[in-house]
Amino acid sequence: MKKPEPVQVVKQRRDALLAALVNGIPYLQFLGITFDRRGDELTGLLAYDDKLIGNPMLPALHGGVTAAFLEATAVVSLSWASFWADLEAGVIETDDPEHIALPRLPKTIDMTVDYLRSGLPRDAYARARITRSGRRYASVQVEGWQDNRDRPFAQATCHFVMPRKEPTENG
Amino acid sequence: MTADPKKLARMFIEAIPHARALSMSITQIEDGIAEITMPYDARLVGDPNTGVIAGGAVSALMDTCGGAAVMCHPSGPHGTATLDLRIDYMRSATPGQAIRARAECYHVTRSVAFVRATAFDDGDTPVASATGAFTVELGEA
Repeated sequence: MKKPEPVQVVKQRRDALLAALVNGIPYLQFLGITFDRRGDELTGLLAYDDKLIGNPMLPALHGGVTAAFLEATAVVSLSWASFWADLEAGVIETDDPEHIALPRLPKTIDMTVDYLRSGLPRDAYARARITRSGRRYASVQVEGWQDNRDRPFAQATCHFVMPRKEPTENG
Repeated sequence: MTADPKKLARMFIEAIPHARALSMSITQIEDGIAEITMPYDARLVGDPNTGVIAGGAVSALMDTCGGAAVMCHPSGPHGTATLDLRIDYMRSATPGQAIRARAECYHVTRSVAFVRATAFDDGDTPVASATGAFTVELGEA
């Protein structure tokens, strides 16, 4: 019987790919978005910064920041889910963490954002649920919250066009 | 004395920290119609393979522009916030080009403002379009 892989090897491989995906998107750094991983589940983290404010009187997060955060969580979660099988099968090489060849990203077709309450001037979190991921299209729901998981401040539904899979060698 | 809605709207938008962070500038703001430009910036790239600006940055521009259109509506709201926003990303914005959004607040009730917006780069066809509902704060002060 094959011995299971050591846990550090598994973690290293998964974290290397996630880091390559997230660090490769400049806009995530600009907004201060990072991802926390537990197994295959991702949680988006938006670190509070004064430049994210849209209403200085309240103050409240900019609606565009909220939309961007939810969309980013949806794109990264969807990409991550689509990479997972290839990652675990060793199709995606992570031996050299500095040079991971990432598959292409899904393209957003549209998104609808519900603003449920104003975003407070503190950190925010988001989690996506892939409701359908087909060969060509995907549908993703995302929910964002702050202090209290049961009181989301925004939710969104996004549609994506999936990148075409590279043709295999035998066609 | 009532404040000039156009002036109030411009002040309102220019005081937004996130609009400043994205270097947005107002090119038109009058009678429920606003136009805002956002320059190309490598920090806003959403796909490193293509250099295309992230959809989220376009959303932020459209949302700001929608809010500006509400603020300069002749009914003179004193404040607004986005209730819902639907954005269609019709094509990738061309890397290196500024994005210009134009929003129209086409109907206002005592509590809600209805907005549509379109975003362009230097090309002939729109990059994105949006429709949204915004809250209306009719300040009595």
